Amino acid sequence: MTRGFWFGTSIALFFVAWEAVCRLLAVPPFILPPPSAVVLALWELRDALLGLHLWATLKEVLLGLSVSIVFGVLLAFAMKMSRVVERLVYPYIVISQTVPIIALSPVFILWFGYDLSGKIAVTILFTFFPIVVNTYDGLRSTDKEMLQLLKTMGATRWQMFTKLQLPSSLPHFFSGLKVAATYSVAGATIGEWLGASEGLGYFGRRASGNFQAPALFASVLLLSVLGMLLFWLVGRVERRLSPHTKTKRPISR
Amino acid sequence: MRDQLAFSNVRFSYTGTPILEDFDLRVKKGEFVSLIGPSGIGKSTLFQLIAGLLQPEQGEIRLGEERMEQRLGHVGYMPQRDLLMPWRTIVENAALPLEIKGVSKKEAHERVRQELPRYGLQEWADAYPAQLSGGMRQRVSFLRALLSGTDLMLLDEPFSALDGITRLDMQEWLMEKWQETGSTMLMITHDIDEAILLADRVIVLLGKPIRQPIELHVSIPRPRTVGSRNQPGFLALREQIWTLLRTEQSRLQTLGREA
Repeated sequence: MTRGFWFGTSIALFFVAWEAVCRLLAVPPFILPPPSAVVLALWELRDALLGLHLWATLKEVLLGLSVSIVFGVLLAFAMKMSRVVERLVYPYIVISQTVPIIALSPVFILWFGYDLSGKIAVTILFTFFPIVVNTYDGLRSTDKEMLQLLKTMGATRWQMFTKLQLPSSLPHFFSGLKVAATYSVAGATIGEWLGASEGLGYFGRRASGNFQAPALFASVLLLSVLGMLLFWLVGRVERRLSPHTKTKRPISR
Repeated sequence: MRDQLAFSNVRFSYTGTPILEDFDLRVKKGEFVSLIGPSGIGKSTLFQLIAGLLQPEQGEIRLGEERMEQRLGHVGYMPQRDLLMPWRTIVENAALPLEIKGVSKKEAHERVRQELPRYGLQEWADAYPAQLSGGMRQRVSFLRALLSGTDLMLLDEPFSALDGITRLDMQEWLMEKWQETGSTMLMITHDIDEAILLADRVIVLLGKPIRQPIELHVSIPRPRTVGSRNQPGFLALREQIWTLLRTEQSRLQTLGREA
């Protein structure tokens, strides 16, 4: 019995239970549609959902996440390299963790507009900080004794960075990226709520306004799947880049 | 014979506490010297001075023939914890000092692969450190220190984290390696038996600051084995060192009470 089997079983049971609750308790479909109705809606609306809205949201997510990765990692490097940058920037990084970023989102829409750039800006707002904080913490947490050992070998600052600090920060970077990957979907969705003409967030909000529960749930389902796929993808890349972490898990239990 | 390492009149203090004062130490080429002393006396500081991580406030430290300010990259250092990088394979870990010296990756890896059979590690070349036992990891760490390309090796309590049996194995193994490579070795240890068994000379570090270390010659014939510990000469030395350390400890405690 693999983990995949149990995961599949768990999901299947969940949907069966959901369908059963809807039918047995006769829940009104505009409150909670059964999964069969959601799948039906997904099928009927497939052209709009997959062709237009999913694509629009995916674009915002990928662009926003990419910008966050590039600039987040660069900022973390800069903070590691320069005391001045660290002293000036770090307080804001900490404060940003406590600011409700959802509240800031309309500000970003105000600045960057209702077109694509506005949504990308909100996605960046959601994904930038987890990446900076984790990458920087990773760079800082290098084993001091290992640094000394490299020094005794005559390593330059650059060699210590590339051979030790960078690789040892990778696990931290990836845990930040996993958080950011799931946040990116939330960021894009909120960006679309605040004003858009396409995207799954826009679609879901419109469906909600029209009491089209099955369509709304179809968009929620797609957004969830998108988040999970991104998370999974990051995990794949991580395992690819750090083969030593492949642990031999017991196959069954 | 030539000196591989020479301290003359070295003074060093650490955050105001004097550690070394008028300190002299000579290690001949190819010699094995053990350093033993109560904890906290500054053995690690001594190693950091030798490796070039610290500079003396006064006096000079020579490596080989010349006075060397820049000793980093000239001394092989084997730390207490193996400090292998978990993301590097065994070959990649051992090749690290060569890479740092600018040897191409391919050439560095080839050189390491040639060495591995002598360390009983050829089958583990592409394994990661987590897959190896403690003793094996220390052998990799030793090879890495040796490849720092130097004639002087600093061994900082290299076996203290190993279990008793592995430890005895590793002591015999290290004696073999020392004879094979002919390099000069300086080892810190807390274990009196280990200090005597491996060394030509045991240096007992006493005092705060350390001024004149006490030197004891070990005249037990080589090759030695773990069994050499039962020879009368060995027992006498053990007793002598033990007495020195115990007297020092009670002296420091009295000083501490008076202060």
